Amino acid sequence: MAPHRGPASRGPVRNEVNRLKHTISALVKNRPRVLTRIAGLFARRGFNIDSLTVSTTENPNSSRMTIVVDADDATLAQICKQLSKLHDVQRVIDHTGEALVEREICLVKLRPPRERRSEVLQLVDVFRGDVVDIGGDVLTVQVVGGPTKVDAFVSTMQEFGIVEMVRTGKVVLTRGTQAT
Amino acid sequence: MSMTTMRGADAVVRVLQEEGVDTVFGIPGGQMIPIYDALYDTPIRNVLVRHEQGAAHMADGFARASGRVGVCMATSGPGALNLVTGLCNAMMDSIPMVAITGQVTRPAIGRDSFQEADTTGVTIPVTKHNYLVKDEAELADTLREAFYLAATGRPGPVLVDIPGDVARAQVPFNERCIECLDAYEEPLRPVPEDIERAAEMINAAERPLLYIGGGVISANASDLLTELSDKCNLAVVHTLMGKGGFPESRELSMGMPGMHGMAYASHALHECDLMVVIGARFDDRVTGDLSRFSPGTKVIHIDIDAAEIGKVREAHVPIICDARVALEALLPLCRERGRTAWEEHLLQEKQRLPLTYTWDNTGMPPQFVVQKLYEVTQGEAIVTTEVGQNQMWAAQYYKIDRPRHFLSSSGLGTMGFGFPAAIGAQFARPEALVVDIAGDGSIQMNIQEMATAMDFGLPVKICILNNGYLGMVRQWQDLFFDKRYSGVELSARPDWVKLAEAYGAVGFSTDDPEQVVPIMERALEVTDRPVIMDFRVSREENVFPFIPAGQGVENMMLEPPRQ
Ligand SMILES: Cc1ncc(C[n+]2csc(CCOP(=O)(O)OP(=O)(O)O)c2C)c(N)n1
Ligand SMILES: [Mg+2]
Repeated sequence: MAPHRGPASRGPVRNEVNRLKHTISALVKNRPRVLTRIAGLFARRGFNIDSLTVSTTENPNSSRMTIVVDADDATLAQICKQLSKLHDVQRVIDHTGEALVEREICLVKLRPPRERRSEVLQLVDVFRGDVVDIGGDVLTVQVVGGPTKVDAFVSTMQEFGIVEMVRTGKVVLTRGTQAT
Repeated sequence: MSMTTMRGADAVVRVLQEEGVDTVFGIPGGQMIPIYDALYDTPIRNVLVRHEQGAAHMADGFARASGRVGVCMATSGPGALNLVTGLCNAMMDSIPMVAITGQVTRPAIGRDSFQEADTTGVTIPVTKHNYLVKDEAELADTLREAFYLAATGRPGPVLVDIPGDVARAQVPFNERCIECLDAYEEPLRPVPEDIERAAEMINAAERPLLYIGGGVISANASDLLTELSDKCNLAVVHTLMGKGGFPESRELSMGMPGMHGMAYASHALHECDLMVVIGARFDDRVTGDLSRFSPGTKVIHIDIDAAEIGKVREAHVPIICDARVALEALLPLCRERGRTAWEEHLLQEKQRLPLTYTWDNTGMPPQFVVQKLYEVTQGEAIVTTEVGQNQMWAAQYYKIDRPRHFLSSSGLGTMGFGFPAAIGAQFARPEALVVDIAGDGSIQMNIQEMATAMDFGLPVKICILNNGYLGMVRQWQDLFFDKRYSGVELSARPDWVKLAEAYGAVGFSTDDPEQVVPIMERALEVTDRPVIMDFRVSREENVFPFIPAGQGVENMMLEPPRQ
């Protein structure tokens, strides 16, 4: 069983309901089907995935998965323990309560009325976003940041009529020397 | 470090020998021919079965009866897919097993080739782990790792899918080094403070109870468990998987709690103030409605799988390690304790609420047959069961005093398990008396293995509680669906004597209670072939006690509701 860190790994589990979004990092071996195994585990046990990203790491033999789950404490503990049992999972970290650098990219396609374009551009600036494409009457805007910022950006843009939107899902690293 | 090369198939068989495998169960096919060819020159017993599901359950029964890793084999596509139920069965009951399957050749993978199935894809959820060997250089260590994973930690089935061209290729064969395997881990040790806290709680408890499951048996910890019970006068309840983990003929064995458990066992679990749970997982068949399950009771939970802690029931003290290791640590810290009013109360309950059944004019009670089987075999048999009422009556009326003597599909409830499992057990324990307590429905799910038992002259006994029904389903329809018997009548009732004889085996049949013991005695005299004993029993007998699914002890029915 792979080691795991975080509140969910400690002590007896309290079955109190504390439903929240939690971020988990799983370091996994680069083996065929590792994503299927993890996705299958979530599906089979009825765990909800909010977002999941998979990326390469400093080590070519491992990938890092950043998984955001919607779970109460007991479920979160189960998710971490069940993940740790998978043979291809090397380490699981429940980041609840940890200091993190969190980032995601959001692309939004907008079709603002001509007279409100400059208003949009100003707001994009406030969020330190970039206009990355203009085609016809459509603007594509990119914003990078933590989930709160991206959420705020999206809700701000809503009134201009979002045509399409995509978010990468969040990636995180723990701050300072603590390993992720 | 010496490194040789050899044919992939020969490497497979070499690893089997290194791992001490002496028996494999399976059916060959195109992609498995090289491996079967390599087996040809070895002393490994190559058991040709008649359906791959039989092979999986045989490997499972072999493992349960012996404690060793069971091995089954199947060819690509349909052969491998026929193993799926057997793998899941072993997974649910944590049985160490390795399945070796043939796969189409590497260049053919992914092209819907003849007999191609995505075996590793299909079996992810029903195995502890699985491998597709794509790089022939990894063949030997992959197989070694499969054995290692199957047998260590929480045991389970591991599948290795080997493309035909890998089996034919020349592969490097390195020396066996378990510590060098990628999967290798040091065994878990308990946290000393947790052991101390657990011992304090046991020493302080007023109404302690041991609640044991299959983990006690797989850890070979029955002797230590019995020692603990002796030293501290602790009463024991067991799950279906834990049956035999503590001698049932002992006074302090409080039997099996739960849906069809003994009333006194369910009450004991409900009334205790401390549960020491060892290698059990609070299955819903034991707990019923969780919110009403032994409220307020303190829990010490010993399990090798950390994920079992808190999965269903909160643990006040979790101890995450092998049951044997935990008991070794715990025993010296637990103080000797005499019998208290609590144990006296439990023993009175055992007297007050015995299992009962009645004779009426509907025919021979099936419980009577199991009782006689227990007497005639002096409780010495390795008992396997099918699934349904037969399984519950076997659990209730055949008391087991030793571990690895009661083999039942507990987690998955697989009809058709008992007979091939009995064959596997007989291979593991040739000198033992092995009896499958069967239902007339279940036995037909793997009856083809009569031929396998004949091939090897195995004297496995099949004791059919023949009620002409899928009895357990009929029971639910009887009690909860107004006796609307939908899809449960097994109308065509085969002549079991002729069926046995068709295979060259021996058959008996009776509905006469007077004939039960003589038939069993004659069956025990047969030592070179299987025997079918067909006992035509009362058709509509129901299993009691009965706590309906999702209910609590207070809803227990002790006997049929009055009409
Ligand atoms: C493979 C499989 N199919 C269906 C079931 C559902 N089921 C559970 S018990 C049972 C009846 C079993 O009949 P039989 O073997 O005659 O046993 P009895 O209950 O009559 O003793 C059935 C159909 C099952 N457990 N396994
Ligand atoms: Mg039946």
